[in-house]
Amino acid sequence: MCAMSTAVAEPGAVPIRDRSMRRERRWALWGSYIALTVFAFIFLIPPIYTVITSLKTSTEISSRQGSPWLVQNPVLDNFLELAADAHFQAFFWNSIKITVVVVILSMVISILAAFALARMRFWGSAALATGVFLTYLVPESLLFIPMFQIVGSLGLMNSTWCLVLLYPTLTVPFCTWIMIGYFSSIPKELDEAALIDGASYLQMLVKIFIPVAMPGIIAATIFAFTVSWGQFLYPLAFLFSSDQMVLTVGIVTELIRGASAGDHLRIPHGLLHFRPDRRCHQGLTGVNKKLENRQGRTPWPRFRSARSTRSMTAMCRR
Amino acid sequence: MAQVSIRKIHKVYDGDVQAVKGIDLEIADHEFVVLVGPSGCGKSTTLRMIAGLEEISSGDILIGNRVVNDVPPRNRDIAMVFQNYALYPHLSVFDNMAFGLKLRKFSRAEIKRRVDEAARILDIASLLDRKPKALSGGQRQRVAMGRAIVRNPLVFLFDEPLSNLDAKLRVQMRTEIKLVHQKVNTTTVYVTHDQVEAMTLADRVVVMNQGIIEQVGPPQELYHHPKTRFVAGFIGSPAMNFLPCHVVQHGDGLAARVDETIVLSIPAARRDRYMPFKDKAMTVGLRPEHMTEIRANGKPGLERIDVRVDVVEPMGMETMVHFMVGRDAMCARIDPNTPAKANAMLPLQADMNNMHLIDPDSGRVV
Amino acid sequence: MVQATVLQAELETPRKSEVEQVGGLHRLIRRRSTLAFLMTLPLILVIVGLVAWPSVYSIYLSMLNKKMTAFVGIDNFTFLLKRSTFQMVIFQTCFFAIVAVIAKALIGFVLAHLMHNIPSKTQRVYRGLLLLPWVIPAAMSTLTWWWLFDPSYSAFNWALNVFGFPSVPWLGETWWARFSVILVNVWIGAPFFMIMYLAALKSVPEQLYEAAAIDGATAWQKLIHITLPMMRNIIAITILFSLILTFANFDIVRILTNGGPQDQTHLFSTYAFQVGIQSGDIPLGAAVSLFMLPLLAIFAYFILSGVNRRTREEM
Repeated sequence: MCAMSTAVAEPGAVPIRDRSMRRERRWALWGSYIALTVFAFIFLIPPIYTVITSLKTSTEISSRQGSPWLVQNPVLDNFLELAADAHFQAFFWNSIKITVVVVILSMVISILAAFALARMRFWGSAALATGVFLTYLVPESLLFIPMFQIVGSLGLMNSTWCLVLLYPTLTVPFCTWIMIGYFSSIPKELDEAALIDGASYLQMLVKIFIPVAMPGIIAATIFAFTVSWGQFLYPLAFLFSSDQMVLTVGIVTELIRGASAGDHLRIPHGLLHFRPDRRCHQGLTGVNKKLENRQGRTPWPRFRSARSTRSMTAMCRR
Repeated sequence: MAQVSIRKIHKVYDGDVQAVKGIDLEIADHEFVVLVGPSGCGKSTTLRMIAGLEEISSGDILIGNRVVNDVPPRNRDIAMVFQNYALYPHLSVFDNMAFGLKLRKFSRAEIKRRVDEAARILDIASLLDRKPKALSGGQRQRVAMGRAIVRNPLVFLFDEPLSNLDAKLRVQMRTEIKLVHQKVNTTTVYVTHDQVEAMTLADRVVVMNQGIIEQVGPPQELYHHPKTRFVAGFIGSPAMNFLPCHVVQHGDGLAARVDETIVLSIPAARRDRYMPFKDKAMTVGLRPEHMTEIRANGKPGLERIDVRVDVVEPMGMETMVHFMVGRDAMCARIDPNTPAKANAMLPLQADMNNMHLIDPDSGRVV
Repeated sequence: MVQATVLQAELETPRKSEVEQVGGLHRLIRRRSTLAFLMTLPLILVIVGLVAWPSVYSIYLSMLNKKMTAFVGIDNFTFLLKRSTFQMVIFQTCFFAIVAVIAKALIGFVLAHLMHNIPSKTQRVYRGLLLLPWVIPAAMSTLTWWWLFDPSYSAFNWALNVFGFPSVPWLGETWWARFSVILVNVWIGAPFFMIMYLAALKSVPEQLYEAAAIDGATAWQKLIHITLPMMRNIIAITILFSLILTFANFDIVRILTNGGPQDQTHLFSTYAFQVGIQSGDIPLGAAVSLFMLPLLAIFAYFILSGVNRRTREEM
């Protein structure tokens, strides 16, 4: 064990300077900034282009003069026209109606089920939890054909209410799964304290679990909202007439296919109306931050990994 | 094996937080030096600057006569044992120890030889195939040490390696570390907040406080001749008792006057040394082991104090009694056979031959 | 003595309510499982009625003839397998899914590393910007891409022309169309990978990197020997998940190319839609969809075992 691994410089303290650590770190930092800015630019091209185009007049778009990346005479006419359009209003109203109902329905189902699965051990609860997970993996493109038959035979075709029936298949499994995670991480001592204080199970749910798990509830609500609002396949398959149509499909089909060239140009303005609001965005990044915070600190390490996979699938719907 | 020189090292963090304020230290080859001090005193920061994990704000660090300020850690030829072991969780014990050697392209035979040798020294030869998660805390710590030993570096660095172990294991591992150092004899810089570890392991102890070095010296010297109040109160367990007093004329010599009832004569041998402080407000320091029950042996310098006992702590081989003198809490170590009860009076003798006199303004022991 | 009697009196009164409580407890326990069942009933209904039953029904449907009057066994499946269009659909879906997922994983991995290098405050800004493609509803952003790819109005082609390059038939020529579809999917999906990998990167203890630095590792060696092994599970799980969902993707192809040109970009989902709903041959459409099932099942199996393995792995 005596072999020296490096030779030592002779006394006289000649400073040997390797590549300065400070310079290396600074180079890495600036390189990262540049690369990230390039990526951000690429990621933002379509939204920026949408905004630019929506401010143009129809003549400007069809004239194809000058750069399509700049606006010569910005106008807000397109927004006003769209807002006044009866079809558009119908689409918007339908989307809102469906989304709100579905979100409320999904959250009620998920919270109740998650509470039962997380807290009350009963026969089959583990199997059911796995089943919930597996359900999330069944894609809508597998289900829509049989559902087409079923919905038709129930006489609900071409009705917004059939969508209200169908969307929960997409939202409930994941919302339940997220809520199970949050509920499980609430210490059992809270339950016991509440039981001693005289609360029933339902009171425990309403007065303790829901307030404490509020971040999870918000995240799940945002998820349910995003999925319902942006759904395309189901409305495309099940709705035909304009008065029942939903925003996503309405924009794509009515305003593009089978529309005149002039109508082509109204697309971009419509798009701007469907940007989800900032809170949604923040909520989603918040979920991830919650992920990060919890990863180091949960007292029950098994949920550290389970929750990461949970939120993973949340974000997976693209 | 090499010496380590730390010259006028400063470390400033963003926001003008000065973690290390000018440290000078020369560590000789083969020496085991312990940096000890309370949390936030800068000992870990200093260690990490030696390792290259923190940048040096100003000053120089030399390892083996070579200035290493800008040398990245991997080229400094050092090895480090972390508080949380930092074992690679996906590698077996053997691979953990071999990691650094593989990176430096050692031959497989040489790697095996070194790892086996280190495993033999640390008594972990039977664990070589296991993963870290299958090991106990003490075993993980030994693997971390093994990883350092196989590298055969110029300097070993230890960053509070025993803090995560339970008390009994800590005592055991302390002895093992000392044994390893005797066998391998590499220059070692060891950081801890536990002064017992410092005293038992070090050739020299460096007591740090708030970014500066309070005192450097062999353990016994720090124990018997502390230079500052901080060192006096930090070294030794239980801590030294401090009594504010006045130095007054007492017959031919001096005495420390605590209050009307307690006047402690200062031994004649120190009279000249303490004369400049006559009539000054000073602090007397007296270790608990030097305040005992009355023992009849007629030695000069023993002063009697009668105290009212607050708490009695029987420790088995000795008994600690806690009491108040004026407004100061104090503690004395008495023979376990001496009867002592709470709320009862107890006569004690203070061995003034072992007293320390501290100037409260400068904090220095005079 | 007075104390003793008072104590006795205190001891006697609670006894009655104690008995009541015990009885009530029995009732509560018995009620708990019924209550739990009631609370999970809606979930069970959703799963069974809206997912399990249609899946089984789908298998039944796929074995009927076009008018749904007679049972024809696996004729639909053999019919599909013989058609070259459908063979291309199989290839196209697999190609689309594998290439897109690999691209998303790589880009996400690189982005996560870049994000990890910069301080937290600016990280949040960039994270917001980079998440945008994923936050916007897919159908809507795909529409923008469609407009950007349009033969007459493409802003991309305009920019290419400015630099002297010829216009690209983004959606008109087979391989360009496939490229465009993959491009849009990657654009939408990469932020998700970035977020997941960033979280995983942050969970690797900094001290491991310090130990490796002292052991002699360069930045590249740290990546290979520490980062990748520690992230192995997350990488596997995200890739598997994304494979399942990319495989079943519908919106992008439908809006951009509707399967064209000449069915060269059709996926299982869009082809099933065209065959099943637009052409009115439900059983055939069901058969097309069901082709996805074996691969999805394999992926799902690996995900489940991966998740279980990860929950069992303790540090």
